[in-house]
Amino acid sequence: MLEVRDIHVEVEIRRRRLKVIDGVSLSLARGETLGIVGESGAGKSMLGNAIAGMLEPPLHIAGGSVTLEGRRIDDLKGEELRAVRGRRIGMVFQDPLTSLNPLFSIGDQLVETITTRLGIGRAEARRRAIALLEATGLPDPAERLGHYPHQFSGGMRQRVVLALALCLDPVLVIADEPTTALDVSVQAQIIRLLDRLCREHGSAVILITHDMGVIAEATERVAVMYAGRIVEIGPTERVIRAPRHPYTRGLMASIPPIDRRPDRLAQIAGSMPRIGTVLPGCPFSPRCPSAVARCHEAIPALAGGNGHLAACWLDEAAS
Amino acid sequence: MTRLLPFMLYRLGQGVLVMLVVAFISFSLFTHVGDPINNMLGEEVDETYREQLREDLGLNDPVPVRFIRFVGNAVQGEFGVSYRNSIPVAQLFGERLPATLELVFAAAVIALALGIPAGVYAAIHRSRPSAQVIQILSLIGISLPTFVTGILLIYVFSISLDLLPSFGRGEVVDLGWWSTGFLTASGLKALVLPAVTLALFQLTLIMRLVRSEMLEVLRTDYIRFARARGLPDRLIHFRHAVRNTLVPVITITGLQIGSLVAFAIITETVFQWPGMGLLFIQAVQFVDIPVMSAYLVLIAFFFVVINFIVDILYHAVDPRLSGTLSDGSGKGMP
Repeated sequence: MLEVRDIHVEVEIRRRRLKVIDGVSLSLARGETLGIVGESGAGKSMLGNAIAGMLEPPLHIAGGSVTLEGRRIDDLKGEELRAVRGRRIGMVFQDPLTSLNPLFSIGDQLVETITTRLGIGRAEARRRAIALLEATGLPDPAERLGHYPHQFSGGMRQRVVLALALCLDPVLVIADEPTTALDVSVQAQIIRLLDRLCREHGSAVILITHDMGVIAEATERVAVMYAGRIVEIGPTERVIRAPRHPYTRGLMASIPPIDRRPDRLAQIAGSMPRIGTVLPGCPFSPRCPSAVARCHEAIPALAGGNGHLAACWLDEAAS
Repeated sequence: MTRLLPFMLYRLGQGVLVMLVVAFISFSLFTHVGDPINNMLGEEVDETYREQLREDLGLNDPVPVRFIRFVGNAVQGEFGVSYRNSIPVAQLFGERLPATLELVFAAAVIALALGIPAGVYAAIHRSRPSAQVIQILSLIGISLPTFVTGILLIYVFSISLDLLPSFGRGEVVDLGWWSTGFLTASGLKALVLPAVTLALFQLTLIMRLVRSEMLEVLRTDYIRFARARGLPDRLIHFRHAVRNTLVPVITITGLQIGSLVAFAIITETVFQWPGMGLLFIQAVQFVDIPVMSAYLVLIAFFFVVINFIVDILYHAVDPRLSGTLSDGSGKGMP
């Protein structure tokens, strides 16, 4: 249903073209949930924005294609792009506190979106808005329609945001760190809600997060990103149980154990190369504990069977 | 809206306090700037007669008594008699106030009607050449002193083109308690140049403020989210963004309208506009204390009233201030 092929995102700063996303390909079946995980600056959000056509200049797609339900959407502009936004691809942003316009009631924002995009009357739109809020588990939706964002708690606001993202029945929802800004006690609820709502609406989900717990809970497949590339992609369970890329192994190892309290938390030594750094070899090689000479010389491609691919010279599939 | 009333009463109380302080300052003018008896009688009058008058006018009473009397009179619009014109200040103001208020009103309408749309335009199309031209012009507008603009406009439109009068208020229609220049052709023509002069600075200020606020708002998450929902630009710009832009703009604009009344002094002098500002300048030259002190009180009163209106407007625009905080947030905790 969604086909991203060799997408490149660049930004031009002081006449230098910097690569932010460097050749990412992935595909998504109808109703499937894909997680994208990686540390800050790996390009997760950029990828989400690139797919949704939400890149802000000077960021732009410099190559590759995005196809949604057989139609290319990466080169759309103006009205055509607007027709895709919300209606085909819904987005959920990180911070529910700032995602809602503080000066309009939540009902106003929902009804406005539904009437302008679906061309139906206010009364009908209102009924839909109430039903949507009801489905998100918001108590007294009919009454709370007239309330303003500041009158809701963070978790409740994210429910409203979910209702807004789903109110046009998109085939794909891109959720960019939807729980990061929330209280830990609410995170699991929101993730489960996102999962259930998208199932009900038949929407596929791209869930962007740096939280492996969220990935394990809510996704069927996961893509691990590092320095603008996918370094490993596969069914979530297999990637978590048997990671094939040293970076994924590092990520897994840095999850604090719950049964004991180590003196030091495990971490991956070093930091990600800065944007614009061009390495001849694997971008992870400077930090990789098991790197060999070849790793510093050439960039490995994604390889592997059974839908579990890794980009590593040390992985048997590559050699 | 339940908390609006106590808030209004609170602000009203503050306003009264401010007015009392200003009243005290303007009251002090009488005791510290010159001697009113001298001003009334001149130098050559007998000392016993002076003392008699001082006693009759209550000038020998203790300061608090005189201040309370001053405030009591001021509340009734009674500020004494102008030294220079020998007519009651209230009557003098009654003749002059309409001229100033009409000028300020026209200037405010021009500044808002052009400033807000220009600012919004410059923000939405910030990379277009036309928006950059607006931005450059606004720099000129903000740097030119009012008297220079006034004289330039007179030179171009009165002297060179002979289109508009350079001074005065034109024909005025007397409505009994108000004299208006809005109803006659010559009155309207006379209003154009002074109003534009007075408006220009405020216009550019409002435009620049709206532009920068709007740019700020356009970067927010809720605007991005509105775009991600595919709302048309027209709705995003003119409904979502403009309304958020207006919250801070209202404050500044309110204060600016107050200073329009105060700034009118210069414009009125340049155009010989028969308003409060001109009256005040003449009062200063003649040390006409009653007029000066009344002017001070009146301007302060305008500022207090405008601030009060701004506070109320704030509440009308921003639901976060409407005092409904307490009945929502507790109930919906997840």
